[in-house]
Amino acid sequence: MLRYILKRLGRSLVTLFFIVTIIFALLRLMPEEGYIKNYDKLSPAQIESTLVNLGLRDPLHVQLGKFYQQLLHLDLGVSHRYQENVSINKIIAYKAPISIKLGLLSMAVALVVGVPMGILMARSTRTRWKLWDKFGTLFIVFVQAVPSAVYYLLIQIYGTKLFGVPMLFDASNWRCWVLPVLSLALGNIAYYAMWLRRYMVDESNKDYVKLARAKGVSSSNIMKNHILRNAIVPMVQYLPGSLLFTMCGSIYVESLYSIPGMGGLLVDVIKRQDNTMVQALVLIFAVIGILGLLLGDILMAIVDPRISFTKKEGSR
Amino acid sequence: MENSPILSVKELNVKFSLRGKQLHAIRDVSLDLYKGESLAIVGESGSGKSVLCKTFMGLLDSNGSITGGSIVFEGQDLTHFTTEKQWLSIRGKKIAMVMQDPMTSLNPLKTIGAQITEAITLHQGLRGEQARKAAVEILQDVGITEPERRYKQYPHEFSGGMRQRVVIAIAVACRPQVLICDEPTTALDVTIQAQILHLIRQLKEKYQLTTIYITHDLGVVANVADRIAVMYAGDIVEIGTCDEVFYDPRHPYTWALLSSLPQLGVKGENLYSIQGTPPNLFAEIKGDAFAPRNPRALKIDFVQRPPYFDVSPTHRARTWLLDPRAPKVEPPENIRKLREGRITR
Repeated sequence: MLRYILKRLGRSLVTLFFIVTIIFALLRLMPEEGYIKNYDKLSPAQIESTLVNLGLRDPLHVQLGKFYQQLLHLDLGVSHRYQENVSINKIIAYKAPISIKLGLLSMAVALVVGVPMGILMARSTRTRWKLWDKFGTLFIVFVQAVPSAVYYLLIQIYGTKLFGVPMLFDASNWRCWVLPVLSLALGNIAYYAMWLRRYMVDESNKDYVKLARAKGVSSSNIMKNHILRNAIVPMVQYLPGSLLFTMCGSIYVESLYSIPGMGGLLVDVIKRQDNTMVQALVLIFAVIGILGLLLGDILMAIVDPRISFTKKEGSR
Repeated sequence: MENSPILSVKELNVKFSLRGKQLHAIRDVSLDLYKGESLAIVGESGSGKSVLCKTFMGLLDSNGSITGGSIVFEGQDLTHFTTEKQWLSIRGKKIAMVMQDPMTSLNPLKTIGAQITEAITLHQGLRGEQARKAAVEILQDVGITEPERRYKQYPHEFSGGMRQRVVIAIAVACRPQVLICDEPTTALDVTIQAQILHLIRQLKEKYQLTTIYITHDLGVVANVADRIAVMYAGDIVEIGTCDEVFYDPRHPYTWALLSSLPQLGVKGENLYSIQGTPPNLFAEIKGDAFAPRNPRALKIDFVQRPPYFDVSPTHRARTWLLDPRAPKVEPPENIRKLREGRITR
């Protein structure tokens, strides 16, 4: 098990190394004004001296070396245009918690609602009218087909009145949390319910379920111990990734409720051409993506004994 | 075999509703299963062998239902069972089943041990260490070496034959009275087939099981069966002891079935095959279901369904040929030879 994890970790680090290098290379292709606050107002000599001070006139390999060194110390550098001379770590440390909290809450809601909904739908496919399955499918199709912007707005318009939400976001007021959490959770609820239902229906037609029935296991125990357990396996792989991405914040939900989170940050800094910020954020998102995949694989290996820890990877 | 039947099926009818139409899968089947015997049900695909046995355990698909008849087991009529709870007192505990494909009939995420103890806990109420011991013992019984180590392994670490042994272990774990083997060897290769059949016979002796084999492999039948029931189009057309059906078949369908065996073919000639296709079970069948494919069919075969005629106390067939008024129709030559072979044997 440990070996498997280390192996996957090693691979992830290699991937990360390449991403870091590519980001570095791409950023050197960007215009230099992205490093200086009042670029237009400065004379060429001033610009030149600032760039030299920042080390941007050094040979590329020296710059790359410095960049790696900085990253190894978990230092993402300094923002130049978004908030002049403020360390990026500080900016993110201020913005991230609220997005993470929002993401965790909405994931919790999505799991608590989506998973039972999937189970309910899968169970109802065995009944005569398939009522729950039809209602559930209606909901899923609605959420998947209607652009999220539309139902986000609907939730905001009708929800703010219902809950008496104040205009400005206030983190200590629970009313301010309900609507954004609900908006964010809605998509995931539909997603989990849809896939869980599908996997459960798939599993329930398999031979081992018939054997379990012939063995004399009751339907509810078959659902719990056999079908659900097997249906969870393919789901588990996506869970960490979707959790991490939800925690990165949603630009739309955050701007609707004026939440000072991470959501719009990347777009913001790209608009303002803050090169170091762009670099830092792309890096963070890449790490999160890789981490999601890695955790997904590890979880999957824990849940499914067919994924071997000792033999060559990929042997099932 | 002279004792009373352990399971008695009378005039059983099963229908499936498919796309608004009714499929008559089992048509007036009557069958007595005697304690300790080994009965083989043979027939082509779709003849209703599996459906028949599924009714004994309440495992019909949800669109199927019993529309008439009775299945009496231990004084209870199984056709009157309505709740799952009633069935749970039978399934696995009294009547157990071995499925066709061992590669897919075990839960891939649970250890072999867990899957056997699940059954033991359910039916014998043993838990923890006791259940584990019982499971290891069963594994040993079905011929799995190093049962202690194997107990902790997952199905993917077992070969096909070994998995079938585990499936059998699960089936016999609760000492059922009746063991239904639904094509237990179809998915296995020939050498393993023989081993599995041997194993089932051993267990039958050891636990005094009554076994039902569902198969279309006449080789298997000859190996294991005391009695044979031949099914065609949802009906048992002929039933008798192994000897009677193999050496003195009376129903034209049984003749055709046996003639299709490569062993009975004549060298240099094409292998015999039955012309036509089985009848459409969506439509009401008039007369003898096999008549349209039977070159020796009588006129009455197309008009009225034949009743059973007794050939001997243990042998009966549903064909007008056995009616005393029927013209004398000789079976095909290779079948006649079988009969002679039996006499001289």
